[in-house]
Amino acid sequence: MAYLVSHPDEVKVVSKRFGMGATNLDRYLELDGYKALQKAIGMGPDAIINEMKASNLRGRGGAGFPTGMKWSFVPKQSAKPKYVLCNGDESEPGTCKDRLIFEHDPHSVIEGVMIAAIAVGAKTGFIYLRGEYRYLIEIMERAVADAYARGIIGKNIFGSGVDLDVYVHSGAGAYEVGEESALMESLEGKRGVPRIRPPFPAVVGLWGGPTVINNAETLASVPHIILGGGEWFANIGTPKNGGTHLVSISGNVERPGVYELALGYNLKKMIYEVAGGIPNGRKLKGVVPGGSSVPILLPEEIDIPADYDGLAKAGSMLGSGAVIVLDDSMCIVRFALRVAKFYQHESCGWCIPCREGTDWMKKTLTRFHAGGGVAKDIDNLKYLAENMLGRTFCPLGDAAAMPIISYVQKYRKEFEEHLDGKPCPFEKAAEPALV
Amino acid sequence: MSTHYPTKRSVLVPMLLYIQDEVGCLTDEAIHEIAQRTELSALEVRNVVSYYSMLRTHPVGKYNLQVCTNVSCLLRGGEEILEHCKKKLGVGNKQSTPDGLFHLEEVECIGACSWAPAMQLNYDYHENFTNEKIDELIDGIRKKEQQ
Repeated sequence: MAYLVSHPDEVKVVSKRFGMGATNLDRYLELDGYKALQKAIGMGPDAIINEMKASNLRGRGGAGFPTGMKWSFVPKQSAKPKYVLCNGDESEPGTCKDRLIFEHDPHSVIEGVMIAAIAVGAKTGFIYLRGEYRYLIEIMERAVADAYARGIIGKNIFGSGVDLDVYVHSGAGAYEVGEESALMESLEGKRGVPRIRPPFPAVVGLWGGPTVINNAETLASVPHIILGGGEWFANIGTPKNGGTHLVSISGNVERPGVYELALGYNLKKMIYEVAGGIPNGRKLKGVVPGGSSVPILLPEEIDIPADYDGLAKAGSMLGSGAVIVLDDSMCIVRFALRVAKFYQHESCGWCIPCREGTDWMKKTLTRFHAGGGVAKDIDNLKYLAENMLGRTFCPLGDAAAMPIISYVQKYRKEFEEHLDGKPCPFEKAAEPALV
Repeated sequence: MSTHYPTKRSVLVPMLLYIQDEVGCLTDEAIHEIAQRTELSALEVRNVVSYYSMLRTHPVGKYNLQVCTNVSCLLRGGEEILEHCKKKLGVGNKQSTPDGLFHLEEVECIGACSWAPAMQLNYDYHENFTNEKIDELIDGIRKKEQQ
């Protein structure tokens, strides 16, 4: 069970039913559950999409694409069935927020999927969870079964004449499947290799039919927007960055945890006030503000609003809202190596720049960290990474390249301190150099 | 379950995982059976099996310790926890103890970042881990199994 934390600065929207027993359908209904669905049925597709556009809700999975606009790309008429697909493959290192939604408020995800289905004219929704989340798959399956038993999902929902089905689907361990096109491949029973776009999933998606794919948090926000109104949600955040988001704070802070904050909340305040600052008298070394794939920020760069635009302006990304905090005891080369190792492990090998680039970055950093680095390795790392950017089917190549470029750029001196067989300055007894 | 999908093979990934949970691993027999049910060749099934990190064709110990060492865990001692597990069990990464009781594996992010360091024992999450808690857990299992 994931632990709940809270802070007075939180604005609880998606998390407002956490810890209130809302996995129970009766309790969920007491707490305004499925009211948004009934309202959405009355509104009809165009009004739902307009409300979503007004809310300025942007995708909480990482890319930050406006949700209302995404839904509006789905063609009204389609020869093939349309689908809604909830992405619960949460795998971006640092991110543990969707887990709380599935654990504490599973019906909100189902309700979000159903509203999305009504908005785009889909008859079927799939909720894909990563295989490691077995206990959450069980919670979601029970929630779906309960909703079927109560006639909330199924034929003629709320007497509307609309038939809707929702199913839960399990993955089996793959970071890349969190990418939308790989996610569809996986759901179709294949290796999760990405598809080339265009065509985009909204036009040609699951089994060739138009498909809306949204992150679990995005979909869990939908019922609240329908009930509270798009304008209300938009006003919580900053212009073009509507609402709240769940921030997974991890690493070297006093009170790590998942907090729901308004978009645009100051990043420095988030670390020092919400999460209680850096423990053990240590100093802040850097902040990875959106999951392991985004560029790192130096301590002097974090006095900024944490929203999509604020972080883009600072040269990084809001990503999945995972704030990873490093104190000054962590060696940046060791950190970079761990990141490189991860992307090398997760690269599916489909696109050569990613397959080869991640492997060479890992090899170079392994040698470098062990004391066998030479000066040209530092520029070589950057060169390798820069040649991966934009040259792959899916964003995994970029995700592997962006952080490495930022580490080399911002902590070059620390890389240089590892040269000439010198022991790692962060380790008392460094391992002998492997040249 | 397979009736939810327009194509037979769509059920493949969850089916592989659930059968693995029953059998212990994806044996040749299991793969052939799954291939038949999904109207695929055994090769096509193996091709999918090799992609997913949770799927395996060899058995592992009864208790599979999957220790995360990804960045959030790294910052809070995940690598040291893994080292401790290696010593405690006397095995390396991706190895099982000779009695077949434990299997140790270094894994990528399991979504427990705010409660790091973390690991999964089979499907159960164990979070905010310390060396002492590991000793307690492993000793407890050994004791239970001896009875």
